[in-house]
Amino acid sequence: MSSRRSDPTPDAASFPTRPYDLVREVTIALVVVALLTAGLAALFSSPDDRPVTLASWSRADPADFTATAVSELAGTSTSAQYGPPYNHSPGAGQKLGPLGLQNAAGVRIPVDPAQDFVIGPLHDAPGSAQVTAALTRWSAASPGQQQAWTSAYSDALGKAPDGDPAKVAPGDYGPVPVLTAQLLDLAQSGSLDGQLLAEGGFYQSDYTRPLLFLADGGHLADLARAQHLAGDQWGMMNETGNYPGQAWLWLYTFWYQISPFNSSSNADALVWGLMAVLSLALVLVPFIPGVRSVPRWTRVHRLVWRDYYRQQH
Amino acid sequence: MPSVRPLPGRLLAAPIDLNHPGAYLHWGVIQISVANLLVIGLMVLVFVAALLLPFPKGRDRDE
Amino acid sequence: MSDTAEGTGGWTGAVRRRAVRALPPEKLLPDRQPVYMASWIYVFGVLTTAALMVVLATGCLLALAGPGWWHSSAVGTYVNSLHLWSVELFMFFMVIHLWGKFFMAAWRGRRALTWILGAVAFLAAVGTAFTGYLVQQNFDSQWISTQAKDGLNSVGIGAYFNVLDFGQMLMWHIVILPLVLGLLTAWHLLMVRLRGIVPPIDATGPRPDAQERQP
Repeated sequence: MSSRRSDPTPDAASFPTRPYDLVREVTIALVVVALLTAGLAALFSSPDDRPVTLASWSRADPADFTATAVSELAGTSTSAQYGPPYNHSPGAGQKLGPLGLQNAAGVRIPVDPAQDFVIGPLHDAPGSAQVTAALTRWSAASPGQQQAWTSAYSDALGKAPDGDPAKVAPGDYGPVPVLTAQLLDLAQSGSLDGQLLAEGGFYQSDYTRPLLFLADGGHLADLARAQHLAGDQWGMMNETGNYPGQAWLWLYTFWYQISPFNSSSNADALVWGLMAVLSLALVLVPFIPGVRSVPRWTRVHRLVWRDYYRQQH
Repeated sequence: MPSVRPLPGRLLAAPIDLNHPGAYLHWGVIQISVANLLVIGLMVLVFVAALLLPFPKGRDRDE
Repeated sequence: MSDTAEGTGGWTGAVRRRAVRALPPEKLLPDRQPVYMASWIYVFGVLTTAALMVVLATGCLLALAGPGWWHSSAVGTYVNSLHLWSVELFMFFMVIHLWGKFFMAAWRGRRALTWILGAVAFLAAVGTAFTGYLVQQNFDSQWISTQAKDGLNSVGIGAYFNVLDFGQMLMWHIVILPLVLGLLTAWHLLMVRLRGIVPPIDATGPRPDAQERQP
């Protein structure tokens, strides 16, 4: 390609010209696009699958809801062990090579899952004397004791047929079964949705808490997987139903399908770093030797300007 | 497992209902929806057509 | 009124003179184009711009009655569909435009900035579309937000740009990003007008006997 010092590209203004109506062209383009848009919208409409609520989750899959609630109390859920920006968790935080950017950002969106998703809502909602006693017993217990209860109950739920709390083998689970049963009630009645969102306030537009809680369970992920939206299904590109999705994200989601990314605990950071480099490369194509010469080699331009090249001979 | 239903109230149902479970093609590590494949295929076709189709000459031609 | 003497008019005069010198009206809104523009590939820039205008207009329609009205109204669903399909068309035309400009090496002749602006606008468009998907307030946005947070959190961005915060994402989608995209597009178009349309690869200028103007 041309050297930077002496770019042989002639001035466009030195070439012969012909009449051209720019405003008419823009108008025609607008009309064409508007008609296409109106037509496509009328023909295909748009997707709008109802959101999952804590109520719909707890009714559709009470076993999954209960197991998730136990994991929040146990501190073993995804949210509880996430690390920044939600909380401090030993060993958490992805790295991009030597850079621990996730940890560097710090805990700027503090979330305490056990308190925010379980104990807090139970505390604030009117409950029976049994629930009040269970709450008191929970807060009075040592962390070690709480750990033993939640761990035992979590195992027992895993072994129970269908994960049904009613079919759990007898054992020492402390107040945990009462707490999670009450939380299930709150969820199924619909009040937990409001509680987690409002956080005791009034106006709200931040869905961090209910979304984190939802994502900790398996129900949302099951629904997503059924619609081919999971990460290992190229899900980023896809849309619910048969609609086209964000096809332009193909390269971003591609990396997650292959090694080493598909088995790395730093996959997100690595892919982000890689895509940042590739995006920069796209922006700087004019300066990249080899890449900037591809147009000359591939001769697609011979088609674009065939009239001009023909006239030169 | 019942999938989440679209909201009611859509009195003017679109002639082509794309809300059924998506059709997907698998080829090695590649999985792509028929919808996305159609869009991408159409883009390639339109690009090639734009290169190959003769461009009308003359004075008052519309672009 | 036609005081063009250098040094008069303060900052306003200086800016005006500079702007008019760089882009006189005939250059800003030309009614002639180089004869080597003889391919359908050239329509995709204007189609992309037109699609962006439709995206903005349909977005405004959607915004008229707030973020949630479209879920429970047939008209609202149609307006939402208009916005979705205009975005699909915008990305469709923009990528074809990018392919064309790449194979034409359109950055030649001091046009590197034009390319850079276009590529950055493309990335900004991807980001704008992303925030759009986040604020649908349906199952799709629940899934996209809870997934996307991991990528953003892993590099520290998520601590500042919370995709689970509907309010924040809505304001980025309807205020900040359209402004950024609009400015990038406007600058990109001005650069195209400033430099003119790139001549063919290996063109050495018009032949001495070439007609200056074709009727």
